[in-house]
Amino acid sequence: MGSLVYFSSVSENTHRFVQRLGLDELGIPTHRIPLRKSDGFLTVTEPYVLMVPTYGGGNEGGAVPRRVREFLNDPHNRSLVRGVIAAGNTNFGAAYCIAGDIISAKCQVPYLYAFELLGTAEDARRVRDGLGRFWQRQSLISA
Amino acid sequence: MAPTGTLKLIDRVTAINWNRLEDEKDLEVWDRLVGNFWLPEKVPVSNDIQSWHTLSEDERLMTTRVFTGLTLLDTIQGTVGAVSLIPDALTPHEEAVYTNIAFMESVHAKSYSSIFSTLISTKEIDDAFAWSEQNANLQRKAEIVLEYYRGDDPLKRKVASTMLESFLFYSGFYAPMYWASRAKLTNTADLIRLIIRDEAVHGYYIGYKYQKGLAKLTQAEQDELKAYTFDLLFELYENEVEYTESLYGALGLTEDVKKFLRYNANKALMNLGYEGLFPKDETDVNPAILAALSPNADENHDFFSGSGSSYVIGKAVATEDDDWDF
Repeated sequence: MGSLVYFSSVSENTHRFVQRLGLDELGIPTHRIPLRKSDGFLTVTEPYVLMVPTYGGGNEGGAVPRRVREFLNDPHNRSLVRGVIAAGNTNFGAAYCIAGDIISAKCQVPYLYAFELLGTAEDARRVRDGLGRFWQRQSLISA
Repeated sequence: MAPTGTLKLIDRVTAINWNRLEDEKDLEVWDRLVGNFWLPEKVPVSNDIQSWHTLSEDERLMTTRVFTGLTLLDTIQGTVGAVSLIPDALTPHEEAVYTNIAFMESVHAKSYSSIFSTLISTKEIDDAFAWSEQNANLQRKAEIVLEYYRGDDPLKRKVASTMLESFLFYSGFYAPMYWASRAKLTNTADLIRLIIRDEAVHGYYIGYKYQKGLAKLTQAEQDELKAYTFDLLFELYENEVEYTESLYGALGLTEDVKKFLRYNANKALMNLGYEGLFPKDETDVNPAILAALSPNADENHDFFSGSGSSYVIGKAVATEDDDWDF
């Protein structure tokens, strides 16, 4: 079974979405990328799906939060990513959830799901069920 | 303004030091707002003149009235709303962000004038402004919000402000998205998309500051503010429904607009940290409208609901950062 690694800023939006998933009950551990450099560096030990918010704008870089870029710049961490889920806001037009596109393209992993802001109950259900099936399938493939 | 209110100036001046942040979100949002800065002169709205003349009289009337209503709201937010948040700011950096927001709202208000002067005759503009002053629902919307801006509760002011930024504009924003989905007034839509992008950052930031303030209160106070927020939303929503009918009824678009309203009402609640209120089947925005808003908002990114046999790998994106170096 793999895990979920996520980043959430001080707004805690993505953190709250992760809490609503109840992944513990499925035996999927969750790890949060530290908010500040002084909080340490996360090194993963098993395959994971990455969940990140998109920093809004679209006319400049920085759509992928800096801490996430640093996390993925570590070759070991990067070697274990298996998919990406992104949050965003359709108000950002073509840049909606673009952090997912960027990470998916750079790491060559599937872009699994996109949701807005805190996500809806429907989003939470789909991601929870989807992640359960995703890791089941992955374990069959690697077995 | 309050007739008895005397202007309270600060007792002591503290110079703003951006190297000592009490809330890192202030700098992050400041940078985002500055990075997103734009002016209406950059958008060639005059390329829409030909398209404008393909609209029927009813369609032109609706569109002109929509922009008058939006002008009114941005005027409120620029000169009263965002400014009223400044004295409540907890950090000098938060004050600075509000000054940026206030200025951009004035840029938005001016943008509508640039659309008007490009597309619409002086007579039509005057008629539309006269209509906006007499439209009970538009005036009511302004009154409700202004009432809270003048009130004495900083958190209620933030709720009202987030509602304005994230919900009340959208009965108007529907129209340019509708035209864009029919390949009409596309330059005007480009300009409105810039406004929509700004409002997202404004709503996010003001909502975030609301949640920070809320976290310091007792459970009972938090419950009261939550009830207040939902009451206000319902009051505004009922008014929006009538306003929508007055704008779009003649064109038979009211129901379609209402879905867009409820979708954005949910987003306003989320910006305030609450879960959306309206269920999925009442917020299923017309896909053409959603695509006009965000070409990226399709169903491609739901690998989980598919058969699992295929998935999307994101396309390479030009916006790369230097330190993103693998």
